[in-house]
Amino acid sequence: MANEETSVIEVRGLAKRFDEVQAVAGVDFDVQQGELFGFLGPNGAGKTTTINMLIGLARPDAGTIRIAGIDCSKNPKAAQHLMGIVPDESNLYPELTGFDNLCFCGALYGMTKGDRTARAAELLDRFGLVQAAGRKFGGYSRGMKRKLTIAAGIIHQPAILFLDEPTTGIDVASARQIRQLIADLNAAGTTVFLTTHYIEEAERLCRRIAFIVKGRIVRTDRVEDLMRQTDGRHVMRFAVSGKASELCNRIAAEFPRLQCRPVAEGGIRVESAEPVRVGPIVRLLEDQRAEVLEARVIRPSLEDVFVQITGMEAGAMKQEKEKKMGGGA
Amino acid sequence: MKTWIAFWSILLKDMQTYYLKPPNISWGLIFPLAWTGMFFIRSGEGLDSIPALLPGVMAVSVLFGTTSLLSVTVTFEKKGRSFERLLLAPISLERLMLAKTAGAILFGVVNAFVPVLIGMFLADLSGLAWGTLIPAVFLIAVSSTFLGLFIAVSVSEVFEAQTFSNFFRFPMLFLCGLFLPVAQLPVWLRPLSYVLPLTYGADLLHAAVGDAAHMPATLNFALLAAFCVVLFALSLRNVRRKWIV
Repeated sequence: MANEETSVIEVRGLAKRFDEVQAVAGVDFDVQQGELFGFLGPNGAGKTTTINMLIGLARPDAGTIRIAGIDCSKNPKAAQHLMGIVPDESNLYPELTGFDNLCFCGALYGMTKGDRTARAAELLDRFGLVQAAGRKFGGYSRGMKRKLTIAAGIIHQPAILFLDEPTTGIDVASARQIRQLIADLNAAGTTVFLTTHYIEEAERLCRRIAFIVKGRIVRTDRVEDLMRQTDGRHVMRFAVSGKASELCNRIAAEFPRLQCRPVAEGGIRVESAEPVRVGPIVRLLEDQRAEVLEARVIRPSLEDVFVQITGMEAGAMKQEKEKKMGGGA
Repeated sequence: MKTWIAFWSILLKDMQTYYLKPPNISWGLIFPLAWTGMFFIRSGEGLDSIPALLPGVMAVSVLFGTTSLLSVTVTFEKKGRSFERLLLAPISLERLMLAKTAGAILFGVVNAFVPVLIGMFLADLSGLAWGTLIPAVFLIAVSSTFLGLFIAVSVSEVFEAQTFSNFFRFPMLFLCGLFLPVAQLPVWLRPLSYVLPLTYGADLLHAAVGDAAHMPATLNFALLAAFCVVLFALSLRNVRRKWIV
């Protein structure tokens, strides 16, 4: 359980500029000891720049960072022994085997040969990679690479684990396994700082979430408090043939109390403070010569909160990232 | 103690991954062999000319071996992002870069002694001043490696590392007194010779094989060491400025 009293990461007024772009603009947040903290935002919002400043790969222009009470603003090396870092792209050595990669990473944190060998064997077993331990990392599948990169990030049993997009671009089974591993690590007491663009992943795993847009944190709250925003909202999704945007305009004109917007794959999303009556909407759509393929009640999710807070289409953010990574979980 | 574990692991990993790979071992053997053979045939003075050829051949072997491998491997790791893993390890940047360069320095020293070993079978090398030769080779290897490091942190692509290396290396062949004494260079070119560290290393090697040296050994050693410190400091400054943005 998280200890409410102790902040292990304290960030105040953090800012970073790259030429004309203000990547991070005065960000403040705290992460409590033992917490699983989500950092959400679209591409280019400042997530990776923030994480790079926290771990020591980027120098802040302004602001302070304290990790476990250590001021890392001027000396980022001071707290690196406490951190485990899993970057958004696997960065292990392709020419080393899985086992040798883990042992090498253990050695970087000063682990003795006996300790790192035993820990590497334990992690390979835990991550289901024993059979691949002697194979070169370069020949691993994307999911295996991700798992080994996470194993490398925790070989020295860090107090704080930074995970940058841990499940992006990997298969569903591996993503599920990684989510479970993250939950287990957190349950065992590791503080986790997670950036992801999978909102449902953050909803499932995190205790608190910060939304960052254009370098600014627009909201930080507990997941249940964020979800409270959707209380009393009723949402339906219609899958239709025809131009969703034109059909939305027709629905909005006919039923002014409904909020309607087109969503991915030709869908229409209808939201209301009252239960949505399906019949009149279907009839209206059919009058417009649109075929209604499906009508579903949707449980309001954190994605709705995200859209509400940021005004952004969450699906578009996900698609953009997956396209870049060449896959999807 | 803990940071030394990291230091040795980085050194051993680089030795296994890069320097002890068959292509690099063969490079380390063939390159000095080819240079020795080429200058031996060119001199046309028989086996007695071997000691006089050694300074040039040894220096070239070290220079090319260290700068090539270090600049390429560091650029390769930076591009593949595995270098970030090293930057995030809880060891000082100074020790990290020393660990990263130690393998190349050892590789350079071994390269330098390949022509000496060959020469031992062909000529009388009993006159070599080992007390000067060994530290001189070591300092040439260190300065060349740090030059490779300086190149690696100045470029972002592997091919740029090779091109930029050649920009320094090929002029050094002619300007540093390896095969052509600095005194025989046109006067306007000589200042360039004296801003290149290999000039001082080559002078030491010439002294070690019994040739006349142009400067006192202590001054050569001091200047070579100063170049090592400056190149290392410049490389560290560039790493901090360019890689920890």
